[in-house]
Amino acid sequence: MSFAALVRVALRSLAANKLRSALTMLGIIIGAAAVIVMTAVGAGAQARVAEDIQSLGSNLLLVVSGGTTASGARTGLGSTLTLSEDDAAAIALEVPGTASAAVLRGVVQAVWGNQNWATAVFGTTQDYLAIREWKLAAGRFYDAADQASAAKVCLIGRTVARQLFGDANPVGESIRVRRVPFTVIGLLESKGQTMLGTDQDDIILMPIETARARVIGTPSLARQKSVGAIWVQVAEGGDMKAAEAEVRALLRQRHRLQAGQPDDFSVRNLEDIASAQEASGRTLAILLAAVASVSLVVGGIGIMNIMLVSVTERTREIGLRMAVGARTRDILGQFLVEAVTLSLLGGLAGIALGVAASLAIAEFADWRIQLTAASALLAATFAFVTGVFFGYYPARKAARLDPVEALRYE
Amino acid sequence: MAEPLVRTRDLAKDYRIGEGLVHALNGVSVDIAGGQFVAVTGPSGSGKSTFLHILGCLDRPSAGEVLLSGERLSALTGDERARMRNRAIGFVFQNFNLLARTSAAENVALPLVYGGVPARERRARALEMLERVGLADRAGHLPSQLSGGQQQRVAIARALVTRPRLLLADEPTGALDSRTGEEILALLGSLNGQGLTVVLVTHEPEVARCARRVLRFLDGRLVGDEAGAEPAAA
Repeated sequence: MSFAALVRVALRSLAANKLRSALTMLGIIIGAAAVIVMTAVGAGAQARVAEDIQSLGSNLLLVVSGGTTASGARTGLGSTLTLSEDDAAAIALEVPGTASAAVLRGVVQAVWGNQNWATAVFGTTQDYLAIREWKLAAGRFYDAADQASAAKVCLIGRTVARQLFGDANPVGESIRVRRVPFTVIGLLESKGQTMLGTDQDDIILMPIETARARVIGTPSLARQKSVGAIWVQVAEGGDMKAAEAEVRALLRQRHRLQAGQPDDFSVRNLEDIASAQEASGRTLAILLAAVASVSLVVGGIGIMNIMLVSVTERTREIGLRMAVGARTRDILGQFLVEAVTLSLLGGLAGIALGVAASLAIAEFADWRIQLTAASALLAATFAFVTGVFFGYYPARKAARLDPVEALRYE
Repeated sequence: MAEPLVRTRDLAKDYRIGEGLVHALNGVSVDIAGGQFVAVTGPSGSGKSTFLHILGCLDRPSAGEVLLSGERLSALTGDERARMRNRAIGFVFQNFNLLARTSAAENVALPLVYGGVPARERRARALEMLERVGLADRAGHLPSQLSGGQQQRVAIARALVTRPRLLLADEPTGALDSRTGEEILALLGSLNGQGLTVVLVTHEPEVARCARRVLRFLDGRLVGDEAGAEPAAA
C-alpha cells in the first residue's frame, strides 16, 4: 500500500471521529505549544541579555562610591561620594589597557518654555560617550574648552527631548536647569532601557565642571572633586577579572585603606549582572521544558489509548483487509500512520497555538520573544516521535490479529 | 486427470479449549478441479467454515497439507500467504464486510491497493467489475445506501477484482431474503459458467442444490461427496 494511500486512509478514519481525534490531540497540542513558547522565551531572553550588554557598552566595570565611612557606619552604595575625578584619572593611567570616565549624578527639574520634566543630570568627563559606546543623533559633544570653562552647555537624551520639545529640534535651544540657562548642543541616540528597567534616554549630560559649579555643586564636592561613579572600559580581549582586581587594589591604596578595612567603593562587572538575568530566563525555559515533556508523554499515552480503542473497534475491518491481501506490515503501517498523523496534526495545531501564545506573551507581558523555524521543527519532531513511540504498540497489536478471529469478531 | 486446482491431504485442525482438544477438522482429503461449483454443507460445528478458511490461507491446518495449483501452502511465509489471498483467492462473507464510509468502487478496489496497482488502473478495474455484477450506476454509493443484495454484489466484485481462479463464499446468502439470495446464487452460477471455481459454504440444502458437487461435513470429517441435484447456471 503506497504511503499516500495510507495517509488518506488515516485521515478518513480520523475524520470519522472528529471530536475524539481532537480531544486525543490535546495533549500533543499543549506539548508542542510549550516547546514553541519555551524556545521563543528562552531565545528572547538570551537576545535581550546580549542586547543589554551591547547597550551598556562592552567590557565595562562600574565603580560606585560608598561602603563604609571613616567612623565605621555602613552606608548605602552611592550615598557618600568617596570617589574622585582624580581616582578616575589614576585608573586610566595606572591600570594598563583601560579608559575611564567619572560621573557626578543629580536629579533636577528641566524647563523649556512652559514644559518641565524631572530628570537625571550626569556631569561627566570627556571619555564618557566613547566608553559607553553612545552616539550622537544631532549636534556635538562638549570639548575640553567647555570642560575647562564650565560652559553652560548640555546634551539631552531622547526621552528628555520628547518631554520638553515634542517633535521640535532641541539643538541650539536654551533650557533652564536649577534656574541656570543651558544651551542644548547635542541630542543623544536612543539606548533604550537597562535590564533593570531604567530608561537610559531620560538624561541630561553636561561637563563635570559645569555640573559641579552650577547644578549639583557643594563646597566640599568642589574641593575634593568627588564623583558618584567611575566607568572603566577594559580593552577588547582584556582580562576583566584581573582588571577588576587591579582597580580595587589601586583605589584601596589611593584611599589609604588598611588591610582588613572594608572597601569604601564597589566594583561591578556588568556582564555578571547580565548573566544573572540570563540564568533566570533559563530557569523559565527549564520549567517550560518540563511542562512540554510531561504533556507530550500524557498526550502520547492518550494516543496509545485511543489507538487501542480504534484497533478493537475495527477488528473486523482488519480481518477483511487481511483476507483481501494486506500483509502484516500493511496493517502495522496503516495504524502507525494513523497514530503519527494524529500526533503530527496535534503538533501543527500546537505550533500554531505556541506562536499565538508567544505573541500574546510579548504583547501583554512585554517580554522579548524570538520565534524560529528551528523551534517549529523541534516541536514537530517531538510530536512525530511521540506518535511513533506510542502508536507502535497498538499498531503491532492490530497487525498480529488472527484473520479468522478478526473476521468473526462482533 | 490434470493437476486439480485444490488438493487437500489428511487435513486436520485442532483447537485447544480449556483442558480438552476439539478436532474441528479430521483427516480431510479432497480434490477440487478448476471450474467446479462445490457446496460445502454440514451442521454448525461440522468444520465446514474451518475447511474454507484453510483453503483461503486465512488459517493454518494442525496437520495435513493443502496444495493450491500444486503449490504447498504450508511452505509459504506470511507475506506469501497474503499475496496468495490477494491474487489467487476471492472471499465472500455472509455479512458482506464492506468498509463503511467508503464508496462501492473504492471497496471493490481495496485488494488492488494491496496488490500495488496504480490508482488510475484500480479505478478502471473496479468500475469494470461493478459493471459485471450489474452495479455500474452505484459506483459512488456508500454501503449504507445500498440494499443487502447490492452490498453482496459489491463484495463479489471485490473478491473477483484481482481475477482469482478460486472464489470462496461463506454463507453468502445467509443475511439475504430468499429472492435476493437466489439472485446472488444465480450470479455465482454465471461466474462459474465463465470458468471461475466456486466453493460455497452453506447449511441450507436448497442453496447446496445449486452446486454441481456437494461435500458433506460432520464432526470435522468429510462424510459425503456427491453430485448436486441440478447443474448451476440455468
